Order: sequence, then C-alpha cells, then structure tokens
Amino acid sequence: MKRKSFINLFLGGSLVGAIASLLYPVIRYLIPPQQSATDVKSIAAAKNGELAPNTSKLFKFGSTPGILVNTMEGELRAFVAICTHLTCTVVYEADSEILFCPCHNGRFDTNGNVISGPPPAPLEALDVKIVGEDIIVSRKA
Amino acid sequence: MKNLFQKLFVYFDSRLMLSSIGELAKKKKVPEHKHSFWYYFGGICLFLFFIQVITGVLLLLYYKPTMDSAYESIQFIMSQVKFGWLIRSVHSWTANILIGVIFIHMFSAFFMKAYRPPRDLTWITGFFLLLIFMAFGFSGYLLPWNELSFFATRVGTDITGTLPLIGKAIKSFVLGGPDVSGATITRFFWLHVAILPLFTVILLGVHILLVQILGMSKPIGLSEKKVKEVPFFPNFILKDALGWMLILTLIGVLCVFFPWELGKKADIFATTPLGIKPEWYFTFMFTTLKIVPAHVLFLEGEILAIFGFMIGGLIWMLVPYLDRRSGKEIKSPGFSLFGLIILLYIVVMTALTYLHPNL
Amino acid sequence: MKKRYKKNILFELCVYLSFIFILHPNALADGCVDCHREMDEGLKAPAEAFQMDVHQKYGLSCTTCHGGDPGQEDIDLAKDDSFKGAPLRKDIPKFCGSCHSDSLYMRRYNPNLRVDQLELYWTSQHGQLLSKGDTKVAVCTDCHGAHGILESSHPKSLSFPWNIPDMCGKCHSDKEYMKGYSISVTQIEDYKQSVHAHALFEKKDLSAPVCNDCHGNHGAIPPEVSSIAFVCRQCHPSAGELFSESPHKAAYDELEISECEACHGNHKILPPSDEMLGTGEGAVCIECHDSDSEAYAVAATIKQKLDSFKSKMQDAEDKLERADRQGVEVSEVKFRLQEAHTILIQVRNLTHSFSLDRIEEKIEEGQGVIEEVAEAGEAALREAKFRKRGLIVATLFIFLLALALLLKIRQIEKQSPQ
Repeated sequence: MKRKSFINLFLGGSLVGAIASLLYPVIRYLIPPQQSATDVKSIAAAKNGELAPNTSKLFKFGSTPGILVNTMEGELRAFVAICTHLTCTVVYEADSEILFCPCHNGRFDTNGNVISGPPPAPLEALDVKIVGEDIIVSRKA
Repeated sequence: MKNLFQKLFVYFDSRLMLSSIGELAKKKKVPEHKHSFWYYFGGICLFLFFIQVITGVLLLLYYKPTMDSAYESIQFIMSQVKFGWLIRSVHSWTANILIGVIFIHMFSAFFMKAYRPPRDLTWITGFFLLLIFMAFGFSGYLLPWNELSFFATRVGTDITGTLPLIGKAIKSFVLGGPDVSGATITRFFWLHVAILPLFTVILLGVHILLVQILGMSKPIGLSEKKVKEVPFFPNFILKDALGWMLILTLIGVLCVFFPWELGKKADIFATTPLGIKPEWYFTFMFTTLKIVPAHVLFLEGEILAIFGFMIGGLIWMLVPYLDRRSGKEIKSPGFSLFGLIILLYIVVMTALTYLHPNL
Repeated sequence: MKKRYKKNILFELCVYLSFIFILHPNALADGCVDCHREMDEGLKAPAEAFQMDVHQKYGLSCTTCHGGDPGQEDIDLAKDDSFKGAPLRKDIPKFCGSCHSDSLYMRRYNPNLRVDQLELYWTSQHGQLLSKGDTKVAVCTDCHGAHGILESSHPKSLSFPWNIPDMCGKCHSDKEYMKGYSISVTQIEDYKQSVHAHALFEKKDLSAPVCNDCHGNHGAIPPEVSSIAFVCRQCHPSAGELFSESPHKAAYDELEISECEACHGNHKILPPSDEMLGTGEGAVCIECHDSDSEAYAVAATIKQKLDSFKSKMQDAEDKLERADRQGVEVSEVKFRLQEAHTILIQVRNLTHSFSLDRIEEKIEEGQGVIEEVAEAGEAALREAKFRKRGLIVATLFIFLLALALLLKIRQIEKQSPQ
C-alpha cells in the first residue's frame, strides 16, 4: 500500500515538475520583449532634436546600416549607408559636410550624389518624417 | 481535495457522459507480441503533432508573413524573444522528426499488413495524412524566407510546372503568381496555418476514430491464436508516455546543441546558388528526377518520372485492394517484397542525394 | 511600238540601278572590300577587320583614309591620283591627326570626342622620340589597331582598361625590343602583382588604375617626382590631404623623395599591411628614422596602439563567434562590430597624418564600440551557458517522470498478471 501511494506521489510530483519545466519557457516567451521588432519598412532612427546640425547617426535599418544626417542648414536626410563601390559603410565628415567612404575615398554630397572617387552610383536615399517625438526613416515608396 | 475532484467529476459526467466513455476506454485492449513495439509509432506521431500545434501557435504570436518582415521576425524571435530560440528550434526539429516517424509508422503498418480490410479506410486516410504533412513541411520551409528555402521552393514548384496541361495552372495557384514572391509567402502561410490544419483535424479525427472502433491490427497468423492483450488504459498509455519522454529529451538536446539556423535573407533577384536541394523527405524524388535521362523514347524524362511517382503513390494507396491474399488472412510475401523494394529505393535515393550531390 | 516600250523600260532600269551604285556610299566602299576579300591573308585582313571598325559605323570607308577609286576593278586604275596607300610608320600620327585634330570635321561625327590627341602625343616620350626619327616607339595604330578599331569603351578594344597592361607590355615587357632604352622591363609584371591589378582583373572594378591613368593617354610620360603624388591623390585624396598636413610633406619635398612611392612603390603597389608601421621588420619608418629619434618613438607608439586596438577587436569578435557556434543569435551585435571595422579603416588612413593625437582620438572612439560588442558577446556566452543548464534541469525532471512511469508500469503489471 505504502509503495503504491509512494509511486503515485512520485508520479504526480514528477509530472508537475516536468510540466512546470516545460511551461516556464512558454510563459516567458509570451511576455512581450523590451525591444520592439525591427520593421524593415520604417524605423524610428532617432529622437527629434537628438542630432545637432552638421552631425549624423548610424542606425540599423532591418539588416542594413543606415545613416541619418542633420545638415548644416538643419535639414534631416537619411541614406542606406552602404557605399555603392564595394559595400563599405560610409561616415559623415562634418568639416567638409560630405558623406565619405574610408575604403577607397569615395565621396558623396548630402544628397547622396557621388562627388569623387570610385563609387559608380549615388547612395540610396530614404524618406525622413518627424512623427511626434521620433524621427521616422522609411524606404522610399 | 478528493472531495473537490469528486464533485467536479460528477458535474462533468452528468453533462458529458464521462463514465460511459470511461467504460469503453477500460475495454480497449492492445495485443502484445514480438512486433507490438511498432504500435507506439502512431502515438508518437500524434504527440509530435501536438508539439507542432503548440509551438506553431506560439510562433504565430511574433511571426510576420510578408516578404519584408518574415526573415526579420524570425531573427527577432531567435534573438530578442525569451526562449524564442527554443520554440522555433523545437518547431523546426520536430517537423523533420515527425515526418520521419510518419514514414516509420506507415512502413510498419505496411509490413504488418495492417491495411487489410476492414482497416483499408484507416490506411487511405493515413496516406492522405502523409501527403498533408509533406505539404506542411513544404509550406513551412518557405516561411523564414531565407536563401535556401526560397530557392528550394522555386525548384520544387518549377518541377510541378512541367506537368503537361495542368502544370502551369497548379504552379500559378500555389505560388500566387508566375514566380516565388511576396504573394507566395502569404499563400503558403494561409496553407500552413489554416487549410492544412483544417484538413488534418478532419482526417486525423477519422483516422484515430477508426483505430478506436476497429482496435489494433494483429499480424497475419497471430489473429487465430489467443494473443496476450494488455489494457490500453493504463498499461499501454503509460508505456506510450515513457516513449514520449525520451523523444522530448531528444528534441531538447537537439535544440540546445544544434539550434535551427537563420540562414541568409532571400534575395529574389539573386542567381540560384549551386547545390540547392529540398528538405530530406523530398530528396528521393528530387534525385530520381536528376538521374532520369532527359528523354525516354518520345517522352520527356522528367514528366515520365513525375507520372511514375503519381502512379506509384496511387498503387501504394490502393494496396489494401490489390493485396487479396492478406485480405483473406493469408501471408502475402510478394507484397512484403514490394514494400521492401520501395523502402530501399527511398533510402538509397535519399542517401545518394547527400553522398553524391553532384549528379 | 511594244518592242520600243520594253526597250525603254529596260534602259531606264539600268540608269536607275547605276545611280544606286554611284550614290550609295557603301556601294563605293564595297568596291575595295570586294577585291581585297579575294586576296591573300596580308591584303585580306584589313577588309575583313574593317567590318567591325568604328569608322565604318559612322559611314566612313577605305577611301576616306586611303583615297583611290573604288569603282575600278583594275588595280592600277583603282590606285588613281587620290590614292594615298598605307602611310609610313613615322607618318601615322599625322595621318590619323589629319581628321582627329580637326574639330570642325570631328564635330560632324562625334562632338564629344577630344581633338587634342596629336598635340598631346608630341609632348609624350613616344612622340618626342618619334620626331627624332625613332620608329620603334608606339604610334596610333599600335594602341588602337589599324582597321578593326573599336571604341575604348568596348571590352574587346585594345584600349579597354583590362586590355591596356598587356597592350603596353607588348613592347615594354619585351627585353629584346627595349634594348637601347634606359628603362626597366618589369613594370607590367610588377603591376600585375599589385592591388590595382587585382581590383581590375579579379574584382572587375573598372575604376582601378591602369597604365594610362597614371602615365597619361596620349601625353604618356613617366610622372616626375613632384607630380607622382598628384597622380595618386586623384583616387586617394584623403591620404594625400593627411600627408600634406603632416611634417613629412615639407621633408620629402626638400629631399626630393617621391611622396607615395617611397613607402608604397609605383607599379608593384601591394595591399598595405600594418607591418609597414612602427619599428619592426618590414616597417618603412625605420628606413629613414634612427632608433634614438623622436619620430622613431612616435612610430613605435602608433604601432603599439593600433595592435592593441586590433587585438581587442579580435577578442570581441572571437566571443561573438563562440556564442554563434553555440547557437546564440548574434547577428545584431555583429552589425555593431562592422562599425568598429569602419573605424579601423579610418585609423589606418589616419596614419598618413603621422599625428599621434588624431590617431589616438579615433582609436578611443573605436574602443567604445568594441566595449559594447564585447559586453554583448559576454551576454551571449552567458545565454549559451544558461541554455545548457536549463536543458539539464528540464531533462532531469523528464527523467524523473520517466522513472516514475516505469515504476508505475511495473507496479500495474505485477498487480494484474495477464
């Protein structure tokens, strides 16, 4: 008798334990994660006012790098930060107000057009919109 | 505590007639003999299917079925969602294990001649379930929208498109257009989470019901003698559960040490990389198509092979009616041999795909 | 009446046909081509090659350059007073230039084409030697062909970028041919080992420089010491600017050392390695600076800082790789690491300034990024460990359950023997 109730208890207990160890990941899975899913179509690249004029910010646009530039005149522009020559990441040079690729010195103006160097095509431009507090960057329609 | 359980039982019993179902359940018996090991595989299929439903429903919470977001949503699940990696890896691994177990279940039923009437309908519903689960696999494989799955889908549907007359129409319907595109993801998603589950519920329901009504089939020759029988509840089901625990452990180990890969995001304008092949359960057909000569007499080799598969499948499905001997409870070694040849053919073709990828 | 009518029709037909032959320009050219096609290899080749020629596309013909009467079948009559024949080698530039330097003439065909090629040619080494009577040098036809001339933008043209090194090499790599001239014959061979040749031939990057990009097209001449830097700066302006701001500029100018060439070479420009910096073996700094000089110390410091930055980056990368191999998703972190790589490229570029301050500043920026990446890598490795521990816990519970099931099964089977 005792053995039977022990086995039943053991069975019940281990069943509860096994179910708990399976349920724990499921429950944690259901809790919404902190960082919201990155949508490729559009993303909040920065907060309004975060960038001073003549500065830039690199951000992740889906799985591609993007660059948000606040020009000297205070205009916000965004591009896919991949140089059209050999896909290095471009950076913004404040002294010369151009987008510069350090790999082979490709230079782009703040409209993304090639000024000098080997790049064969302009940078892909992205749409910039200010929605409330956020600067939203999205693919051109 | 016991009182509460009793009260609950009485409540549901008076409404759902639980005790009468309980009486039936107690009567269910399973024959025990040297081949009864194979009886477990049906239950394992069911268990794995439940795992797929649960993990699938969980994945639905975060997955986005569009060309632009599918890959990223899987990446999100794998990296940001707590235990997302586990849920996704379980779903992918279990899918493959499930199809493997379905094949084992099917072949064990074949060799034990469990298809003989009155269980012919069980066999036929089972055959359709095999097709449905292969369709589950095919549709689900595309959903992460990575390079391998994109091209495997394209190759697979191209083959469908070669069928005379109906090929183009079928391909267009399946893809939602002339080529694999954003419309294809939506369509495959629709199939994977709505249409196929709907048909599965219906067919699986019939399949299991038939098993309950007709009981387990005994191998020919044994049905005459009095075979030892064990009750399904609790003996057999406890052993079932033991098997399920082992499989659960296996899945856990696979997911922690071999998590399912993300791959590279599909680029619809890229050229097909070399060595694209479908998932392993399609490879025996894929390799057959590669080996078949371009022309056999006046027919195109590929189309001949496809028709061969369709006719082969038809024969396989109709085996209960072709195997008269087993229907009369007489051993039919001819059909056993036939089954063995088919099994060897599938195994060899599958192995060939991986051992000699450059055929 | 009827017979006369027929005769008139026939006569008119003949007149019309002969007009067609006289007025149609190609009909004129075909006269030369038709005969030459029947001839031996040497005289046949020009006629065949001309079919692809760019001049033919513009409606020009054999007679445009060579004169003569294409309507004549007899050779002597065809070579009438206007016949110029094949020009002598020393006269070829003037021959081609008779059209190509005439802007009014060229405007009719392609107003975009330059018309200063001949003028430039006379300033080049080839042109100068030719005017002194040396006919071994290159003339127009050596680089452009004579009859099957293609536009330089056509990949099969002799003057298409990736055909140029071998074309120049036909003479300049030939030791026998170049005997008597005091220049080396290894330039092409050296060039082919260079990073520019790799970019051109392997990566098919047509923006990579070939012979004419540095030496000039028609005014081909080796760049002088002071001007070689301007040549390099066309594509490498940043390095050039940094160099000009550095103390090396004044020093090199005074010592008359060619700027970029001193460290990077001229034809055999190999991908620069970090070993060129500092004071170790293979470093270029120690070729001038003694071990007790301040510059030597600066060089050593720069190298040391760069090395330490690289090793920290490698550590962070290794962490990510390990986590990746254990199945943890790190693609977002790897993206951040790309930024560190960009900064490394910028640091390497900054070495041309030889300014320790500027280099340190950039490295600081990079350190920040690498710290972030390393932290994320650590977190990923912790996650991998957590997963394994979690698996052990879950497996333990499942095994306990399995054990319990086993015991229960045994108990039931003992209870009700069947």
